[in-house]
Amino acid sequence: MDIRTTGGPPTAQEISAVDGFLGPPESLWDGGTRMPDDDHLAHGGRAARSRRHLLLPVLHALQDHVGWVSRGALEYACRRLAIPPAEAYGVASFYARFALQQRPPLAVHVCDDIACKCAGADELCAALEKGFGPAGLAVDGGTAAWYRSACLGLCDQAPAALIERAGSADGHAEGRMAPVTLEAVLAILGGGRWPSERPLPLPQALNRGSLRLLRRVGLTDPESIDSYRQLGGYTALRRALDLGPEGVIREVTEAKLLGRGGAAFPTGRKWDSVSRTAVRPHYLVCNADESEPGTFKDRVLMEGDPFAVVEGMTIAALAGGCEHGYLYVRGEYPLARARIEAAIGQARAHGFLGDDVAGSGMRFDIEVRRGAGAYICGEETALFNSIEGKRGEPRNKPPFPVQVGLFGKPTLVNNVETLTNVLEILNVGSAAYAATGTPDSTGTRLFCLSGHVRVPGIYEVPLGTTLRALIDLAGGLREGRSLRAVLLGGAAGSFVTDEHLDVPLSFEGTRAIGATLGSGAVVVLDDTADVDQMLIRIARFFRDESCGQCVPCRVGTVRQEEALHRLVAARDSASRESEIRLLSDIAQAMRDASICGLGQTAASAIGSAVATLRTAR
Amino acid sequence: MFGAGGGTSSYREVEETDLILLWGSNARETHPIFFHHLLRGVRNGAKLVAIDPRRTGSAEWADVWLGLDVGSDIALANAIAREIIQSGLANTEFIGRATTGYSDYERCVEAYTLERAERETGVPAAAIKEVAHAYGRADRAMICWTLGITEHHNATDNVLALINLALLTGKVGRYGCGLNPLRGQNNVQGGGDMGAIPNKLPGFQDVEDPVIRGRFEAAWKHSIPPKRGYHLSQMFEAMEHGELKAVYIVGENPARSEADQTRAVALLSGLDHLVVQDIFLTQTAELAHVVLPAAAGWAESEGTVTNSERRVQRVRRALEPPAGARDDIEIISEIARRLGTDWGTPTAEQVWDECRSLSPMHAGMSYERIDELGGIQWPCYDETHPGTEFLHARLWMDPVEGPRAPFHAVENDPPVDTLTDEFPIRLTTGRRLDSFNTGVQTGEYTSPLRTREALLISPSDAEQLGLRDGERVLASSRRGSVEVPIRFDASLRPGLAFMTLHFPDQVATNILTIDATDPKSGTAEFKASAIRIDKLGAPVAPVAI
Repeated sequence: MDIRTTGGPPTAQEISAVDGFLGPPESLWDGGTRMPDDDHLAHGGRAARSRRHLLLPVLHALQDHVGWVSRGALEYACRRLAIPPAEAYGVASFYARFALQQRPPLAVHVCDDIACKCAGADELCAALEKGFGPAGLAVDGGTAAWYRSACLGLCDQAPAALIERAGSADGHAEGRMAPVTLEAVLAILGGGRWPSERPLPLPQALNRGSLRLLRRVGLTDPESIDSYRQLGGYTALRRALDLGPEGVIREVTEAKLLGRGGAAFPTGRKWDSVSRTAVRPHYLVCNADESEPGTFKDRVLMEGDPFAVVEGMTIAALAGGCEHGYLYVRGEYPLARARIEAAIGQARAHGFLGDDVAGSGMRFDIEVRRGAGAYICGEETALFNSIEGKRGEPRNKPPFPVQVGLFGKPTLVNNVETLTNVLEILNVGSAAYAATGTPDSTGTRLFCLSGHVRVPGIYEVPLGTTLRALIDLAGGLREGRSLRAVLLGGAAGSFVTDEHLDVPLSFEGTRAIGATLGSGAVVVLDDTADVDQMLIRIARFFRDESCGQCVPCRVGTVRQEEALHRLVAARDSASRESEIRLLSDIAQAMRDASICGLGQTAASAIGSAVATLRTAR
Repeated sequence: MFGAGGGTSSYREVEETDLILLWGSNARETHPIFFHHLLRGVRNGAKLVAIDPRRTGSAEWADVWLGLDVGSDIALANAIAREIIQSGLANTEFIGRATTGYSDYERCVEAYTLERAERETGVPAAAIKEVAHAYGRADRAMICWTLGITEHHNATDNVLALINLALLTGKVGRYGCGLNPLRGQNNVQGGGDMGAIPNKLPGFQDVEDPVIRGRFEAAWKHSIPPKRGYHLSQMFEAMEHGELKAVYIVGENPARSEADQTRAVALLSGLDHLVVQDIFLTQTAELAHVVLPAAAGWAESEGTVTNSERRVQRVRRALEPPAGARDDIEIISEIARRLGTDWGTPTAEQVWDECRSLSPMHAGMSYERIDELGGIQWPCYDETHPGTEFLHARLWMDPVEGPRAPFHAVENDPPVDTLTDEFPIRLTTGRRLDSFNTGVQTGEYTSPLRTREALLISPSDAEQLGLRDGERVLASSRRGSVEVPIRFDASLRPGLAFMTLHFPDQVATNILTIDATDPKSGTAEFKASAIRIDKLGAPVAPVAI
């Protein structure tokens, strides 16, 4: 790769950030200084270019330690990894987390997404503008700034904020404040003390008998493998090793497990396809890039029971014949990432990962990759590109990941919740597992209750439970309030109203009313909710998060937001009719012609609201 | 090679080979189209080895770069050969059946131990060994080279040293293997094919062979001089001796492209009569008594071109040439008429068909077939012949068809312009992606990559000389001096400097270069001059000439 660099030299701090991750350069030719052999010899080529996948971790290191990615730093990373600077710039500028202009080292990201709006996020942001200054602008000597953020996955503790401090002597730090107050944000921005985190108890903690996926959450010490094993950990893997890959796939297939990531694809069939593909190696990917607004179940699992995720991945690897696994965790989940990384380390130390998993001769290990603020990377092929060090742009399918996935190899990709279900299947057997739920939607499901319910949080119920029962479980609405709507499945889902309260929450049940379970997000809105503003927030979200690769989505999400603004402002009904027609045309174009699910569903929630809520007056 | 003046392989083969030795070539910049094919090979899994004194853009793509000292190619090639033989990787069956001269060759390379090669090339012995084993073991491997091999006083020996390696391992005459000099223009190959070399008639037929000459004389109804003509360097020598007094130059700019430019311009200026036929008023044309404005060879002319994979392709007229400019065929025919021979007004196709009637390797290539097949690779002996994807398959016939391929024992012979305390820096020259030779065709265009011509030197040399980046200096060789800004290039090792010849009006690089010339090919040693660099304004010691 012939790399032309035009920026200035990197600073010592930038070099140390990059080298801290990659190790020092070996020669002049990979970014170091001239060594004696360099006069007449260089090794590089494929070996150098094969490290492209380390670009995102390197950019994270720069962002963490320096607080932004300067041109000199980016070019140094390019020399270290043999990436053309234009390509690397394309990658760095794709992800929201990487700042290509210098910005204050201290950043507070205040969520103003749907669930947090229900808890006063708009008022909080307005007060911040008044009390500190406009979002995104540094004031007071430029050491701190605040930003509006999309959903941070802390909807059960709304309103929420994420704080980040880059570089400086005490190093990089991330933390969160939820629920957050104006005073707390102002104190942090003014250099005040870091808030301490308190774990939120599970709403169903008093009724543990009914819990399967959440059975250990809040009970086990998430940082101790012994605690995990004491509470039944690694029995499923033992059973899986006894059954062998084919036996595991048979169990999962007979359990009729459907993927919990949103597409509800039969997990057993996916595993079977990967295991039968002759091309090697096979990769395993755990999709923990939980970014659907209103969704936080995978966070709760990873924070509360990280070893279960690691065990689930190990079983999937056994079934799919994968030797290497990646867990791609959302960038905004620092605690989940830390817990998973610690769990992987302990599992390795205890022989549950590595060259001889649990003494079985199976070889498997896991690498954690950190997202960088791109919703689209939850789409599996965009996620592959992101792991490979590229822009998170979805690929055309076919070929499907089971044939051509990560690094072009057969890849088994599953969501965190799906993998956790596998433990249950192996522990109780497929027949017992399938006895829960409905005949076509077996097992339990994690629902993320947020918004205007009394006790927001994660609820585990058998599939087929009605929406009414679920809302009741969360304590129902506040005194004297009536239900306006429920956003089912997050921003990519759809709004339902009280006429749908008795619909069973199963894959087939929601499909029958044209809705979807999606990610399991259930945002409940009472009659105080400003649905117009929420729709505009959803439209802005999709406009922000469209990767821009395909025209219907790139243009459609912008036009949709514009039309929605006009619709909200419209006075006369004539223009209202034409805007609604336009919205519906845009929706159809995006649904029919977008490459991936983002564009295909970007109009879903808005369309359902306009049709059923007669909102946007 | 082995009697045919062209690369042996097709572009597709470089895409499907296992190992590519890119030797003395910065194809990334100078042969970008070929390099795309090469990169496809790399993406398909081929290993790339770049052998070049500079770590060029091409070398950055390579799995291994061997940065040999300028002009030590034969030491490296012979050491690779010795290592291949010692490790039992030579293809003895092929050598025995299809080659001659092996025992002399074996004796010759025996002296080139890895240690000696390290001493003479600078390349660590272990790396030479690694490349020797990679080449020896590869199922398919290809050697590609350009001017880094041929712009030396011993150019032909350099080429022979590479050919020897292919013979030694049986890596020629098979799919995905071969020996490929890359051509610098779309039609360098075609020029040679058509007989624009002193000793060949069209189709690489020897002008000194009376039978062949007779065939052409019969067709042309005219006698042909029985002796070969001069090559370019000999022409300048003949000018110097007053033997050559009139020159007709078509599409060349020797006033800027020749080594030792001061001498070249003086000789061209001293001619009794100089005719230049070109599409631009080049610096050479400015010296001419008569300038014949020509139509451009592409877009304004009909005809054919032949690329590096020997593929003859059609070019078509898309535009009328500007007023006053005429097609080359028309100009030449008109000159013939004025000289008393009426050739009529032949079309490009008629000229081509005549060529086909006299050059067996082109015989099967009618315009119609060239169109139909998207170009045809020579040799193509008749209208049923599909053309030839790679050459020398005959060497793998048992018994070998035609003559065997000879080994040539060649010895390392360092550059003529030796490094001394007075001239301690090795200057090598080359080309850049966005410019072409002396800039006749590219100088008028802007390019975002282009900066003013400068002498590129290693930052540590500059530090030693107390020079700042961008400072103007006096660069001197044994032949002359030029003022030139320097630019730091961290990829150059201490003692190595680089310049191009693209901007002769900014920096007359060829004032520095040496015209030591390979007697067989007539190419000057542009790649190796000894220079020194002085601060401007500093007292300059007189240059001993």
